[in-house]
Amino acid sequence: MKEHIKKNAHQYRLLGLLVILLIVMGILAPGKFLTVKNFKNMGFQMAEFGILAIGMSVVIMTGGINLSIVNSAMLASIVSAMAMRTLYNGGEGMADIPVILIGVAITVVIAIACGMINGFFVAYIGVLPILVTLGTQTVFDGIALNITRGSGVSGFPKLFQKIGAGTLGQIPYTMLIYVVVIVVAYLMIERSRWGISVYMVGGNEKATRFSGINTKKTIMGVYVFSAVLSGLAGILMTSRYNSAKADYGSSYTMQAVAATVLGGTSINGGSGHVLGTVIAVAIIQVISSGFNILKINRNFTDIATGLILVGVLALNHFVNKGSLKKRVRVSVK
Amino acid sequence: MVIYQDFSLFPTLTVKENIAFSEQIDKKRRIVNWKEIEETSKRALGILGVDIDLNAKLGSLSTAKQQLVAIARALVYDAKLLVMDEPTSALSSGEVQHLFKIMNELKARGLGIIFISHKLDELFAICDRMSVIRDGQYIGMRNNGETTTGEIITMMVGREIVEEHVGGTNIGDVILEVKNISKRGNYDDVSFNLRRGEVLGITGLVGAGRTETVRALFGLNPPESGEIYLEGKRISPKSPAEAQALGIAFVPESRLTEGLVLQQDAESNITLSILKNFVKNGLIDFKARNKRSVELIEQLNVKPPYPAMQIAKFSGGNQQKVVVAKWLATNPKVLIVDEPTNGIDVGAKTEIHALLRRLADEGMAVIMVSSELPEILSISDRVLVMRRGRINGEFDAEGLTQEEIMEKAVMASGEKGETA
Repeated sequence: MKEHIKKNAHQYRLLGLLVILLIVMGILAPGKFLTVKNFKNMGFQMAEFGILAIGMSVVIMTGGINLSIVNSAMLASIVSAMAMRTLYNGGEGMADIPVILIGVAITVVIAIACGMINGFFVAYIGVLPILVTLGTQTVFDGIALNITRGSGVSGFPKLFQKIGAGTLGQIPYTMLIYVVVIVVAYLMIERSRWGISVYMVGGNEKATRFSGINTKKTIMGVYVFSAVLSGLAGILMTSRYNSAKADYGSSYTMQAVAATVLGGTSINGGSGHVLGTVIAVAIIQVISSGFNILKINRNFTDIATGLILVGVLALNHFVNKGSLKKRVRVSVK
Repeated sequence: MVIYQDFSLFPTLTVKENIAFSEQIDKKRRIVNWKEIEETSKRALGILGVDIDLNAKLGSLSTAKQQLVAIARALVYDAKLLVMDEPTSALSSGEVQHLFKIMNELKARGLGIIFISHKLDELFAICDRMSVIRDGQYIGMRNNGETTTGEIITMMVGREIVEEHVGGTNIGDVILEVKNISKRGNYDDVSFNLRRGEVLGITGLVGAGRTETVRALFGLNPPESGEIYLEGKRISPKSPAEAQALGIAFVPESRLTEGLVLQQDAESNITLSILKNFVKNGLIDFKARNKRSVELIEQLNVKPPYPAMQIAKFSGGNQQKVVVAKWLATNPKVLIVDEPTNGIDVGAKTEIHALLRRLADEGMAVIMVSSELPEILSISDRVLVMRRGRINGEFDAEGLTQEEIMEKAVMASGEKGETA
């Protein structure tokens, strides 16, 4: 138990911070923040961002980054939205459910294709991830803008909106989807052979390759995994807004990086936990919703998020330095 | 001014910038005087009597020309003493002759030159005096013409107490056959075979192509021509994963950069090569993994025996044991170890020697690349000596001496040195 807390100290620290923030917000906005309505609202918003952040985290665990994560989501969503609009044809075409299933399938397939392009250039050609995904970010965005001329695509079955706006009792469907994603991602990243290889590649790609692991496949897998999650987030966004548009969610890219790092994943790769990212996402969501309720200007949300990120990283640095000193003292004795 | 083995030049700058820029900095010029740069670099290259385009990017030049640029830069400073560290390591023999001519001219101008080299034939060709340094100690100095290659070799080797030679007890049939494999700039027409139960030592100077050759067997540096046979079947591994599937294991030279994932614990490292064995219902069975890692740690006597301890915190010797254990776990037919005792303490060294010998006696075929002659002599059954990418000598280890090995390592076959 002690070992467990020590190993996951960062995550417990984050959890503590989250609880403190909840209490502070509850005191500052009595009767408004700690309400079912507010938590439902947070649930609607947090899922798409959380799914993107998990997709970002697994890439960063290998020492890479995926700057095109939101753009692949929107490109896939736009193509799928156009297909759904055509098939549905204002209610005169196919029935709701087949249209939605085809739409979801198209989103996932295109997202996977986007991920494979990233993965191919990073793993097999050896281009730096930041350069590859910066390039594909522009390419995906450019294609999305071109086929839509910058406007939104809408006109799909009413039922499709249910995904992003419906609830089961008081729990949003998006939240249920998010929980499933968290569980699956946890099992795949922290418990599967591929997931262990992800950490090893992030720590030392060469040593991992020298140990007989196909590291190219591992890296390719990471980009495809993040792309599938981006497609999923794209479906949630399209459904919530009832349209798909090239610039939806564009602020999520860097926020996802911030949530990953805040969650304890080293930007150099080799470490990190899914749950760390999940808690970090919740912290960012609480700040953003809380400030919203308190009618604090949106821009302050970004400032507060940024300050917390820098503060937590600095705290980690000093705590680690402290324990290092202790170790040295022990060994000197 | 030192001329390093890897010249400290700027490949993206032009020749004249490389030669004369530091002069500008010394003169505290705030604005670059291009005319002065041009003149200085012309003068310096003039002294060497070579014709190199001043405006060419350094990186586009041959190694030999880059080296001349490095020397020219030294001349700008009116150097009185030139230190050349292995200057010929990347040159062809024609280029070496040209370099020697220039060195003689510089000598005639009154310049002193310290020439650091492993290559005895070159030392005898260019030097007036030779000093031998071994293990950080000054051994002695001889005048050229008053000594023999044999004497220099003896000085280089010294009279160390050698561990008793322990030969194999269980040498079987040939398991691995390497036939005429070549890769340009790496290894050249290398052939040898390896038997079950045998430890084959491969030695030679640093840069002789030993590591490059064994990496070819592990799929890291595939040959451009030639054939490799494992148990009579032709193989051509293109990646470590393929080599592993064939039953070949490789403990690399640098455990820190190639052997271990330093921020992970001992358990993750020691089981990395056999991760797929622990997959149950698609997930890793961490209990089984932990159990196996404890067994391996015990088997190799890794200290402290803590699977959860970060591998970076273990001593060098115990880290090396973990790398070896990682490969033993795969039950290989052929185990290749590259400098297995590099930078580890004496105790761990003895343990690793005993382990390699025992593994061979139990039927494994072992290839050990090493620069340490006592190590080579103590546990090998046969020894290959490489020089400039080729196998320059093959010996039965029984009764072999360090001098015999060193002679093959430093001199071309045929030109026999008189052994003192």
